[in-house]
Amino acid sequence: MSGLISILADGIAYGMLLFLFSIGLSVTLGLMRFINLAHGAFAMCGGYVAVVLLNGFGVPFLLTLPAAAVVTGLIGVVLERSVIRHVYPMPELQQVLFSIGLAFAAGAVANILFGPQQQPMLLPDWLTARVGFLGVGITGYRLFLVLFGLVAAGLLMALFNFTLFGARVRAAVDDRRAAEGIGINVDRLFALTFGLGAAFAGLGGALAVGFLGLDPTFPFKYLVLVLMVVAIGGPGSIGGSFAAAIAIGAIDALFKYLVPEVGNYVIYALLVLMMIFFPRGLAGRAA
Amino acid sequence: MTPAIETEGLTLRYGHFTAVGDVSLRVEAGARHALIGPNGAGKTSLVHALTGNVPATAGRIRVAGQDVTVLSQAERVRRGLARTFQINQLFRGLTVIENVSLAILERERKTRQFWRSFAADRAVAEEAREHLSFAHLEEMADRPVRSLPYGSQRLVEIAIALATRPRVLVLDEPAAGVPAAQSESIFERINALPRDLTLLFVEHDMGLVFRFAERITVLVGGRIMTEGTPAEIQADERVREVYLGRRGHHGAA
Amino acid sequence: MRLIRIGAGLPLLLAAVASFFLFPEYLSLLNTLFILAIFALAYDLLQGHAGVVSLGHAVFFGMGAYTAAVLAAHGVTEPVVGLLAALLLSGLLALLLTRIVVVGNDLTRLLVTLGIGFLMLEAANQARWLTGGADGMSDFTMGPVLGLFRFDFAGETAFWYSLAALVLVYAFLWRLTTSPFGLALRGIRENVRRMPAIGAPVRRHLATAYTISGGIAGLAGALLAQTSNFASLDMLGFERSAEVMMMATLGGTGSIPGVVLGAVGFSYLKDALSAMSPKYWHLGIGLVLMLSVFVLRGGIAGGVSALLRRLRGWE
Repeated sequence: MSGLISILADGIAYGMLLFLFSIGLSVTLGLMRFINLAHGAFAMCGGYVAVVLLNGFGVPFLLTLPAAAVVTGLIGVVLERSVIRHVYPMPELQQVLFSIGLAFAAGAVANILFGPQQQPMLLPDWLTARVGFLGVGITGYRLFLVLFGLVAAGLLMALFNFTLFGARVRAAVDDRRAAEGIGINVDRLFALTFGLGAAFAGLGGALAVGFLGLDPTFPFKYLVLVLMVVAIGGPGSIGGSFAAAIAIGAIDALFKYLVPEVGNYVIYALLVLMMIFFPRGLAGRAA
Repeated sequence: MTPAIETEGLTLRYGHFTAVGDVSLRVEAGARHALIGPNGAGKTSLVHALTGNVPATAGRIRVAGQDVTVLSQAERVRRGLARTFQINQLFRGLTVIENVSLAILERERKTRQFWRSFAADRAVAEEAREHLSFAHLEEMADRPVRSLPYGSQRLVEIAIALATRPRVLVLDEPAAGVPAAQSESIFERINALPRDLTLLFVEHDMGLVFRFAERITVLVGGRIMTEGTPAEIQADERVREVYLGRRGHHGAA
Repeated sequence: MRLIRIGAGLPLLLAAVASFFLFPEYLSLLNTLFILAIFALAYDLLQGHAGVVSLGHAVFFGMGAYTAAVLAAHGVTEPVVGLLAALLLSGLLALLLTRIVVVGNDLTRLLVTLGIGFLMLEAANQARWLTGGADGMSDFTMGPVLGLFRFDFAGETAFWYSLAALVLVYAFLWRLTTSPFGLALRGIRENVRRMPAIGAPVRRHLATAYTISGGIAGLAGALLAQTSNFASLDMLGFERSAEVMMMATLGGTGSIPGVVLGAVGFSYLKDALSAMSPKYWHLGIGLVLMLSVFVLRGGIAGGVSALLRRLRGWE
């Protein structure tokens, strides 16, 4: 029983990371109709920023997180303004080719700068210690991830549901032409949203180093799971993505624990089943 | 006589918005029937529902007495109900004759063949040339569609629909986006279509409607307001008010 | 377009035959190039002709490779039998998968092809008793082709064997893409929304194309397993799926000779550059792919036919 709870905590922590990885992709897909298969590269970027700051410059762990988010977000905005915005109007095939190229290039740059090996990350003691939670011992870092993920999701939902920026994004997701018609600067909105999505991915990447590890293959490693989150949650839906990410993380962890022999592909089998019964995604919205 | 196309309480809703509400329409065989109404009256939505682009929320649709309500768009085409689009939906990278040939090959179910060249199929090529010559597109047969002037592309739109050998052809603003001089010639071609082909068309230009339509249905807010001959519609004060009046208003603004 | 499609086949064949005499020390590399060209041609039936993307096409390549290897390991050593079995089994697998690949929208299609790729990789990894797991399979020996031509160390038999397969596939696909069915596929690529409005069964067409494409990809995989005497997990991995997409794109998706050139050029460069450094290879290919979206849209073949069009005065 206690084993099960700690496995579930693992899965939920994993789900939180998946949520952070995928939320940017979900919004850019809903808003710009851009299939960004390179979104995982932003998570990787955040991871390396955190590792360099922590291991190289001795910056405290908690400070590396906002730094990773800000740096990745800025890189995202620069890329969006300079190149990526020209890809939005292209057909799906071109978007896929471009973003796969971007992901390959990003992985190669990481490989050139940091080498192909896993990056070590020295977490502070208070995070590696085991803490009692509901009578079960859980690694502090899991708990930290869960809490952090909840806060991040809460902030995002507040941002999208209660601010003018959020209202604009939602309007543009629903009907881009109408949004332009009422005077929303869609170009700036796209850049900001893209940067924000990259920043959250970067944050997720920084958090993931101590949990999932970090190496140059990162951009493609979680691509299927991230796309699943988006397809199930519905492009552009924050609540949907959150629920989908947690569910996928928990199911994945649970099956790996319960049936380790086949645990690795339960989640993919689930995907195939989902496609048979809900070919347009559970959210049912066409991308 | 059985009407060529007939609807009964046809309704199309998107969430709470009713695009087409309880439309019962009869188009007689061989008719030249126009569908008019102010912007947002639901004309294109009605065309979508008729031809199966969008499944109807409620109501029934019959083509030559045969219920097609639950059939897919492709199956309706096979039963003789074809359409053209307000915004060109062409195979832009293919040549003009390929565009038309493809429709013929699909109609003849020849697209299952993969062991012979489609260009070598004489019967198909000949028929395709006939449609092109009807649409005055013969000289452009081997050019990719995207290199054609817009007005000619509108004619390709019609030629493709003709190649499905329809009994009923629904034309959604066949001259949309074309200068006035050219829309005249497009309608001249439409008027030259065989009389046993039933035509239902949406058009904004009242001059063209009154000249080419024999019967007119006025749609307002997704519902049928009235129906009649061009003379009756022209004399109808309510039509003048909601439609022509509003147009005049637009012109003034 | 038609000009170069007909005109390019013969010079390509002549070049292939000439390479046998010009580069006798590179026969095994040339053999690999032919096989990858077949794979790229199979994939491009979907991407270039029907206009749908698949991110997991290596599944069929791997399926074919393991089919041939497993058959040989169990005593069916006639290569041509292995080839046909791979063609059928991979085609069957593709046919089974059409239901979930062909429905849905762009996003779900990408997702599903990716997911199936990972699923099959994991399955092949788990089924050690059959596939050898992560170690791959190499403990099998192929018999002589048609009982006549023994595979030799210099790779001469492999060269002609794969080239013959390439010529057959090339001719078959060339015929198919100029057939009524091929025209229907191009119709789907050019405007999938118009197709139902001319009464076309879009799903059926796509399912047929997917099945044929999967079968031929399997044939390519079988060739590689037979001629290299090896089948391994990387034959159905994501990287191979991504590579086939790049080959088709760089050569000129939608053009049969273009795709062959793309596959050959890509594989040759990969072989040469990754011998120096795999990371610079990835960086280079990533940048080229990003660039290809902006310049030289149609790859090598696209550049040529744009030139032809300009000469004829259109566009």
